[in-house]
Amino acid sequence: MNTERRSELFKRILTFTKPYGGYLAAALVSAVLSVSLALYLPVLIGRGIDQILKPGQVYFGQLAPILLKLMVVALLAALFQWLMTLCTNMVAYKTVRDLRVAVFNKMEEVPLSLIDSRSHGDIIGRIINDIDSISDGLLQGFSQLFTGVITILITLVYMLSLNFKVGLVVIVITPLSLFVASFIAKHSFQMFRAQSAIRGQLSGYIEEMVGSQKVVKAFCYEDRAQDEFNEINRQLYLAGVKSQFYSSLTNPCTRFVNGVVYAAVAIFGALSCIAGSFSVGALSSFLAYANQYTKPFNEISGVVTELQTALASAKRVFALIDEPAEQPDAPDAAQPQQSQGNVEIDHVSFSYDKNHPLIRDFNLTVKPGQRIALVGPTGCGKTTMINLLMRFYDVDEGEIRVDGTPVKQIGRGALRSLYGMVLQDTWMFKGSVRDNIAYGKPDATEEEIIAAAKAAHAHSFIKRLPQGYDTILSEDGGNISQGQKQLLCIARAMLTKPSMLILDEATSNIDTRTELKIQKAFAEMMKGHTSFVVAHRLSTIREADCILVMKDGQIIEQGTHKELLQKQGFYHQLYYSQFVQTEE
Amino acid sequence: MLKFTRYLKKFWKETLIGPAFKLTEAIFELIVPLVMARIIDVGIANRDTVYVLRMGAVMILLGLVGLGCALICQYCAARASQGFGTVVRSEMFAHINRLSHGEIDQIGTPSLITRITNDVNQLQLAVAMLIRLVVRAPFLVIGATIMALLINWKLALIFFVAGPLVALVLYLIMSRSVPFYRIIQRKLDRLSLIARENLSGVRVIRAFSRQKREKARFLEASNDQMSTSIAVGKISALLNPLTSTIINLAIAAVLWFGGIKVNMGEMTQGEVIAFVNYLNQILLAMIVVANLVVIFTKASASANRVSEVMELQPSITNRCMAPVEPKPDSPKILFDKVSFVYPDASDYALSNISLEIGKGQTIGIIGGTGCGKSTLINLIPRFYEASHGSIQVDGVDVQNYPLGQLRRKIGMVPQKAVLFSGTLRKNMQWRDPNATDEQIWTALETAQAAEFVRRMPDGLDSVILQGGKNLSGGQKQRLTIARALIGSPEILILDDSASALDFATDAALRRAIASLSGEMTVLIVSQRANSVRYADQIVVLEDGHAVGIGTHDQLLQSCKEYQEIYWSQNEQPQEGGKAE
Repeated sequence: MNTERRSELFKRILTFTKPYGGYLAAALVSAVLSVSLALYLPVLIGRGIDQILKPGQVYFGQLAPILLKLMVVALLAALFQWLMTLCTNMVAYKTVRDLRVAVFNKMEEVPLSLIDSRSHGDIIGRIINDIDSISDGLLQGFSQLFTGVITILITLVYMLSLNFKVGLVVIVITPLSLFVASFIAKHSFQMFRAQSAIRGQLSGYIEEMVGSQKVVKAFCYEDRAQDEFNEINRQLYLAGVKSQFYSSLTNPCTRFVNGVVYAAVAIFGALSCIAGSFSVGALSSFLAYANQYTKPFNEISGVVTELQTALASAKRVFALIDEPAEQPDAPDAAQPQQSQGNVEIDHVSFSYDKNHPLIRDFNLTVKPGQRIALVGPTGCGKTTMINLLMRFYDVDEGEIRVDGTPVKQIGRGALRSLYGMVLQDTWMFKGSVRDNIAYGKPDATEEEIIAAAKAAHAHSFIKRLPQGYDTILSEDGGNISQGQKQLLCIARAMLTKPSMLILDEATSNIDTRTELKIQKAFAEMMKGHTSFVVAHRLSTIREADCILVMKDGQIIEQGTHKELLQKQGFYHQLYYSQFVQTEE
Repeated sequence: MLKFTRYLKKFWKETLIGPAFKLTEAIFELIVPLVMARIIDVGIANRDTVYVLRMGAVMILLGLVGLGCALICQYCAARASQGFGTVVRSEMFAHINRLSHGEIDQIGTPSLITRITNDVNQLQLAVAMLIRLVVRAPFLVIGATIMALLINWKLALIFFVAGPLVALVLYLIMSRSVPFYRIIQRKLDRLSLIARENLSGVRVIRAFSRQKREKARFLEASNDQMSTSIAVGKISALLNPLTSTIINLAIAAVLWFGGIKVNMGEMTQGEVIAFVNYLNQILLAMIVVANLVVIFTKASASANRVSEVMELQPSITNRCMAPVEPKPDSPKILFDKVSFVYPDASDYALSNISLEIGKGQTIGIIGGTGCGKSTLINLIPRFYEASHGSIQVDGVDVQNYPLGQLRRKIGMVPQKAVLFSGTLRKNMQWRDPNATDEQIWTALETAQAAEFVRRMPDGLDSVILQGGKNLSGGQKQRLTIARALIGSPEILILDDSASALDFATDAALRRAIASLSGEMTVLIVSQRANSVRYADQIVVLEDGHAVGIGTHDQLLQSCKEYQEIYWSQNEQPQEGGKAE
């Protein structure tokens, strides 16, 4: 990352803190005040010590006001330190919230292709961890950097004004501490990288072997796994000792540099005292400074690495924020509430990737109440049709019309609400059964919800759940079966009384009885409605008004069951291998 | 936590040497203020330049020796803590390998993985801190107090007020803020849950145009997390200002009362300065102690999670190590009135199953999800122990086999197609590390995988990514089948392992397996009637009961459940038949 990019990123983060500029300014002012007051304390202590010379030579009259001042300054320094932390927290936490919300909201607006093509774990990582590291590195880190720098500057000012010569000694030794800190940071960074590479390798191995422990046992692989594990583990030990040792050098080394500064101040200070140009109290102030002097250097070198991680995170976060949103609906877009069920697909071409054209010049006219079945081997791209009908993706060429209106001239929300969609890949969110059913119609009454559940044959199993409709489903409905989830999805779609249907029949993993219920529910739903069904059941296919046969993402045949069988093409082959078993 | 000391045994030298050197360094640190006091009281007072220089040199020397001690300590800490982590990880991994399926289910694999990685790292950090700081920080507090007492015990009474006050402040603030960090983490987890739900459910959310409400939900959760963070921040922001105020007020008191003592000749100016230095040292050390408390609270939680794993006793172990002799003329596999109930479950997953499987037979097991199909086959390699009844392989109760001998008889194809990172060849050598390329190709042929493997540029040397990410579901399934075939298992178990294959490949696979030498006993678990149709026996399971055992034709005549399954998947007889 070059410097220009960096400062650009930094500026962008600053724009996010803009609404909290007041807090930010207050934090900076408090920081300057708190640091200068805190650094004034050693001066006051030194002056106090100068009033305590020897028996009979203690000037209590002068000492009292100095101590009073000391106490007031100490309290004020503490107060401003507190204010500084409060204000930085405000800025940091509020900015973090705003960034998170900004990324999340963007994810609600981007085209589906982005969400389909990215790893969800990666996006979540950006929303959660990366933004946290921006907060740690840039906001907290920045405040540390700021206080660090002003501590160094103010210390220098105080020291030079107390005694120029001794102050100069400290300044001369300063580069030493910088050098030591950066030397260690550079070396330990390399070691850390080596260590985390091996650690990643070990975690990967653990994930595989522990994650698939049952396979390991089935193949009696335990001993070999242990050997392989021990080998990686041994390498991690070697790398770990090195990186930990190197990184733990920082403290003792800077402590030593500190000691050298301290001793130098002691010697030069004491000699100046003997020469009479310096008081013992001033010497003690100097020593106090020398003691704290290397601390900000340490902190700054720590912050620098944090800043780098934070900038890398910022880059990842802004990359998401900068993703273009879906083209918004036209202001005069139609907002139909109902549809008669006419769907025309007119010379449509579509591909996910320009190099792999999928659907070419596809035509289909669907009349109200017709049933369209999509068939083909697994992974043939049957969901592409769903994507186009629901306008999750836009067609490249041609047009899809609903009741004569091109879908691009219909509001997305309105278009989608014309369809009731039940996908095989069921989706439940963490919440009650009731809320999950009412997802498409949050203001549904209890009667409507129960009626939908009954129509979907879901009512009886819901009533048997521990808390009935109030049962909380765990993430993705982990506590109910796949078939039950599908029934809830059907109920959810039924509740909104859609004009048309998009259904995805389950292939397997559902027990026979639930399967029968689902089929019944599907059949009832489809009565009188235009429907598109990704079909696996023979009965669904045979009763369809039109079958679209898909292979490798393309529609290769279309027609009724009879027509297609007569054609003796791919459908014929599929039909006989799938549904009619010939004797072997 | 004490239980973990045994893992440190191997590193006892480092564990003792480290703190000892750290202590020495701390002692030097305590001496420095005294040396400084001497410089002021003797050197400056007597205008003795040589004395000042000599004492200055002593200071640098103390620093150097201190540095040496610290380095030795850090090295010991690095070795001991990393070594400790290495030993714990290795033993934990070995222990997990010994556990049986029941215990693994009990903790869950994701949790096992975090425990062996993150929790062990946390413990490792605690060990490093133990060696580096646990001795040093309290020693500095006590040492500074003792030094002050030695200089002037009356003035040192100020320490006995300031010290406990600082400790009290630390305690009050930390006991009020630390528990909140877990709450903040929980609220953060909620944010990532909402994000995850929105990504996986994007189609449903947009289908119902719920984007606005989802945004509001996320905003609300973010605000909630933010306000907790700010509230906790308010408490912990008090820590530094309060403690430094206490110490500064104590310094003011030292100067005032110290002044009185100096005036009376009980103390010197240099000693007052030393007092001030000791107070500052105490403050720094106390803050370190506070951080240590946090680290050790976290570590003790991790320690509990690790011990929980280490204390699990494997429920399935070898009864005897000596290999057993198969009894001739006995059925290959015999289920004798077998029932099974999962721990903590109230219903039987299998009830009273009796089944005799002859050598070379092919058995189909069919039924809906949760009917007990997988449970049934998991009992054969003794992944779980039957609750009642017994299972025999070659006439010997499976419990009497050494686990290795029993499991090597079986080629298992699990439901979830799992491959491991590494070359394809290495994946194929899981049953037999010495399998030749020729044997591998034969198995790939049978599993209908040879064709696509041949098309891969590196053939058997092709690299498979973690979880087999670079292969399709169907390819993975065929490879797992080939893996189980290598080394000619006596029993082949296919646990619904053809679900991702299209029907033509599935049929070819079944034909290929059927044509293998008749010695191999094959168990096919499936939801598709056509996959088990030609088996010698079909077992129909429903809610853990065997509701039908027989051939396809027999079952189609007599078994209601089998008819239901078969006709839902196949063309119905034209004349009436069953209604859908």
